Order: sequence, then structure tokens, then C-alpha cells
Amino acid sequence: MLQDILVTGLVNGGVYALLAIGFSLIFGVARIVNIAHTAFYMLAAYCFYTLLTRFNVGFALAGVLSVLGVTLLSLVCYRLVIEPVREHESAVLISTIALGLIFQELMLAAYGGNFLGVPSTIEGVMRVGGVSIPYQRLLILAVAAVMLIATWFFLYRTRVGLAIRATANDLEVANLMGMNVHRMAMVTVAFSVGLAAIAGVVATPVTAVHPFMWLDPLVTMLAIVVLGGLGSLKGSIIGALIIAYVEAITVFTLPEGAHLKGAVALGIMVAVLLARPEGLFGVAFEEER
Amino acid sequence: MRHTILAIALAVAAPFAAAQSIKIAVLGPMNFVQGENHWAGAEMARDEINKAGGISVGGKKRTIELVKADTNEIQSVPDATNAVERVITRDKVDFLIGGFRSEAVLAMQEVAMDYKKMFLGAGAADAKLGENVEKNYDRYKYWFRITPTKAPDLFRTLMAVLGDIGNQVRTSTRTDTPKVAIIAEKAAWTEAIVKGLQATLPKMKMDVVGTWQPSAVATDVTAELSAIERANADIVFTLLSGPVGISLGRQMGERNMKAVAFGINVEGQKDEFWQASAGKANYVSTLDTYAEVESTPKTIPFVQAFKKRYGKAPTYNAATYDAIMILKAAIEQTGGMDADKLVPAIEKMEHVGTAGTDTFDKRHDLVWAVGKTSGIAVQWQDGKKVPFWPPNIKGMQPYKMPAR
Repeated sequence: MLQDILVTGLVNGGVYALLAIGFSLIFGVARIVNIAHTAFYMLAAYCFYTLLTRFNVGFALAGVLSVLGVTLLSLVCYRLVIEPVREHESAVLISTIALGLIFQELMLAAYGGNFLGVPSTIEGVMRVGGVSIPYQRLLILAVAAVMLIATWFFLYRTRVGLAIRATANDLEVANLMGMNVHRMAMVTVAFSVGLAAIAGVVATPVTAVHPFMWLDPLVTMLAIVVLGGLGSLKGSIIGALIIAYVEAITVFTLPEGAHLKGAVALGIMVAVLLARPEGLFGVAFEEER
Repeated sequence: MRHTILAIALAVAAPFAAAQSIKIAVLGPMNFVQGENHWAGAEMARDEINKAGGISVGGKKRTIELVKADTNEIQSVPDATNAVERVITRDKVDFLIGGFRSEAVLAMQEVAMDYKKMFLGAGAADAKLGENVEKNYDRYKYWFRITPTKAPDLFRTLMAVLGDIGNQVRTSTRTDTPKVAIIAEKAAWTEAIVKGLQATLPKMKMDVVGTWQPSAVATDVTAELSAIERANADIVFTLLSGPVGISLGRQMGERNMKAVAFGINVEGQKDEFWQASAGKANYVSTLDTYAEVESTPKTIPFVQAFKKRYGKAPTYNAATYDAIMILKAAIEQTGGMDADKLVPAIEKMEHVGTAGTDTFDKRHDLVWAVGKTSGIAVQWQDGKKVPFWPPNIKGMQPYKMPAR
């Protein structure tokens, strides 16, 4: 059972991390709580599905077009919906909830409520310690790892990354130093949503595409980023693994309570917050700022 | 001036024109496959009846007019009750048919009974709908359940099919006691069935290796399937109505699991299931209602006509066709549309429909009988949904086991 828990937790943790780091990044840098984050994940899944099954576009091209298309859409949404109210956190929160619901209803109208599926990008299964792992899940894990490294490289080894971090440290000083803070926010939004779109593309083959597919990961993702410490990338990764492992342990040790895996994970989050209200890595993050 | 006269003439004539038709509200979640099938089945009945001149009401032929009511019941129960209220008070419908989600249909039933409107259900399985009729007949007598059979009867059907599958598993695996893993979403409709399974399977010489209950809205069963695989289950008994049914079929195929999946998998009843599971869900089987088999003499012509018109096979919600035909028979028999006269007519009726041969008990539930109202079981075999149970119905094909 131990190897089952180890492998299942790691693979699911990869998917969660992909979603959580984008959300955490946009909050940490631009202080935007983007509830529509997983709705962009859902839109990317629909784009990928449409290009693959209705236009017979290849996997790679469909993936690239989906990520680009959704990222561009996020920029339009940022300019039209988020930027005008950006100074008011509660307004941003409500606007992005509305945005997510609008996307949901649009997909419902366009595709109906049916559950759709796409073929795996890579077929086959690997056996590790007696546990079956489909290659598609290993791909997700690999993409998550590459994206985490890319995010770190982008933030810490590029001039744009430096500017983003400077903006995050002190918006007014960055502005006075001649940095275009609005552009930095847009770049951050694009990068963050790009990560969600990549998650949507690689995770679509292991889930069902439907208009409500953004809600379940939204709750899990919020639990992860709050547990890890809002805005902390490291916290998001650790939080993703903790939540995934807690879920796996719940299912394996308490089969009839499998439906409680989300509740148990949220319970762990609450317990951690009682001990450390800023989350696991919140203090380090605040010190950084 | 001419336009004014024409408008007045139309306004005066409208009520009389409306009086010529019988208004039936089709209630369902119209953005979902259940509502689509509710509507499609009703359309087929309407067109067939209207083409023949309509329903004879006291010697006069009256056509059917359908009113589409999107209940949005999968997302919101209040939306569903509002839809019923609207079609009764604003659209002035004569009858109600449809409904899917038990929680919503229970609420819709209350509104319909308040207005003494006949409501023929075509989707919800909760036994309480029929229990209401038995407990308070005067209030709830206007309710009848056309499909599916009530939850306890679904359990009887499941056990009957599982007995046959269990024998094939015994032969295939050369074991006397097949291991069964139960995977049932956590929902009201599965509770009694899960308890029944845990009590009954040992008596059927089957070993329950575990019961996994994911959330009804879960989309991933990776951890559950890993545990089931580890438990060496021969049969995966499913009670799933949500998207997880697709994930289960797909992931079992991807893992090359030798266990066979059987039970209720609502997604597995749809033609789109094979595509949605990326062609991986071979050998997945589920209870179902319609296939090109002679459940009744009307089944094959109906399924073929449905496929020709809509490009896919009907799901059980398309039994709205039977609901309208039952209403037609009762109206023509009583010579009017008085609900208090229609109720006893339907209670005494034996209706040969497209989904089965329907008779009703004191709860206005279908009287359960294998081959009559039990429905059928189907298995996905290389991209085709193959009917295999009950074996005595003409057109059934063999159930297949995966190679071991």
C-alpha cells in the first residue's frame, strides 16, 4: 500500500502544483486573487478538445494554439475586467468570479453539459513497484517539473523577472524607477494563465471536459495556496504535494470515506492555519517582500 | 387600418386556436443529455400523433403542442420548481412529463400536486416519489413514474445481471468466490444499493474486497483504482452517474485491468461514452433501457427511427414518448382530459411501450418484472454498445470477458 500512496500522491501532486503555482504567482506579484484561474484551465481544455476532435489538428499544434489563445484571452479580460478595478481587492474577487461563471455558461451554451474526452497524448502504462502509472500522468508530472523550473528561471534569471519581482516588492518605487508596472502586471497575468492553460492541455486526457470542471480544482487549488502561504511558489509546490498525499492516504486507508478526501485535505489546511495563520511559507514570503 | 383589423382578428382567434391543442410541458435539463432525450422522445410522440390527426377527445381530434421547460435541475432545484410553476401558470399546460434528478423531481412533484396537474416522471428513481402516492393518495395520485423503475427495483435488476456475470467470471477465473470491489458515488440514490450489495454479495458467494465512495462530482479515480487493482478484484461494481464513470472506464482500460466493470454507469449508457473515454472502456457494462432488441414489438422501430432522426441512440429519458402515448390512450379511453378520470384509467392500464410493458402498482410505480420493466444490460465491445441481458429477449448478444 505504501508504494501506491507514494506514487499516486506524487502524480496527483504534479497536476495540483501546475495549477497552484500560476495562481500563487499572480497573487504574489500583482496581488490579484484570480478566481477565474481554473476557468482558463477549463477553456484551454475545451480549445484542445475542439482543435483535436473537430479540426483534426495534431497534439503539439493543438496544445500550442490552445495555450496561446487562452493566454491572449486572459490579457483581454485583464484589460477589460480586472485592470479597471485592480485597486479594490474585493471588486477583483467578484469580477473574476463573474468571469469564471460567464465562461462556464458560454461553454454550457456552446457544447452542452455533456462530458467530453480526448485521446491520450502518450499511450501506455508503466509499472513502478507494482503500481500502474499511465504515461500520460508521467507526462503531466514531467511538464509540471519543467514548468516549475521555467518559472524559477523566468523570475530569477531574466530582466523581466527582475522587474516583476521589483514590482512585487514595492509598486510605487518600481513605478518611480521608470518601470511600467501595468505592463509587468499584464506579463504576470499572461504567464500565470499560460501555466493554467498548459495544465488544462496536459490534464485533459486524464479527466472529462465539461463546463463545471473548473470548480473542483478551484477549491483544491485555493486550499493548496493558502496552506503553502499565499504568494509563495515554494509553498504552492509543498502544499500541492501535501494535499495530494493526504487525499491518497484517505482513499487507501479509508475506502468508504473516499468522498471525504477533499474535506480531510481542507481539514489539514485549517489545522496548519491555526498553528501558522500565514501558511507554511507565508513568513518567509513576507520577509522577502 | 388593415393591420389593425388583422391584429384584432388574430387576437380573437388565438384562444380558440390554442383550445384545439393539448399542451404538454416537457421538463428537463435541456443543456444536458437527459433533457435532450426528454425533448427528443416527446417530439417523436408529438409528430407521430399529430401526423395521424391528433388525439381524439370526446370525438374531436386535438393536436399536441409541446412546451420546452428547461429545469436546470442538475445545477439548481429552485430553477426546477420555478420552471414547473411557470409552465402551469403562464403557459397553461395540461400535463407535465419528464424530470431527472430525484431531489429536484421531489420538489417539482409538490408544485405539480398543488395544481392537481398530472405529472408523468421519466428520469428519477427515488422510491419516495411513489411512497408519497401511497401515503397521501388524494394529493399525490396525479404522479406516475414511467421510467426508470424505483431504486429498490433497480437493485433487483442489478443482482439478476450480476448473478449471470458472476458465473462467467467463475468460469473464466476458475474461482468459486469472485472478488468484488464496489465503487459507488456518495449520493442518496446509492446508499440503499450499497448496503444491499454488502449484505447480498456474500450470499451469492462473492467476496466484497472493499467499498470505495468517491464524491458524486469527482472526475478522477486514480487512487481508488490503484487500491482496487491492489485488492485483485475480479468485478468492479459501479454506481456512478457523473463524469467519474468516464474516468473509471478509461483508466481501467489504460491500466489493462482484468477486472470487469458492471453496475450503473450513466455515462456508459450514452453513445458518446466510447469517444469520451478515448476508446479505452472495453468490457464496461451497465444497466440501460434502449437497444435494437425486441423488448416489445415497438422497441426496434422506435430506436431505429430515433437514430435516424437524431443521429444517436435514445437514453432512458426518451421514454417521454411512452408517457405521451399513455396519456393519449387514457384521454381517448375516458373521452376527456379530466385528471381525476385519467388517473384510474392509467392505474388499470397495461401499456405496451417502447421501453417495456408498463403496469402500475398502488404507488404508481412500474410493476417490476424481468423482460417487461426491468430494462436491459449492455456492454461496450470494441466501440459498440452491445445488449446482453435478459438473454431471453430476441436480439441479445453474448457478454464478453477480457482475455486473461
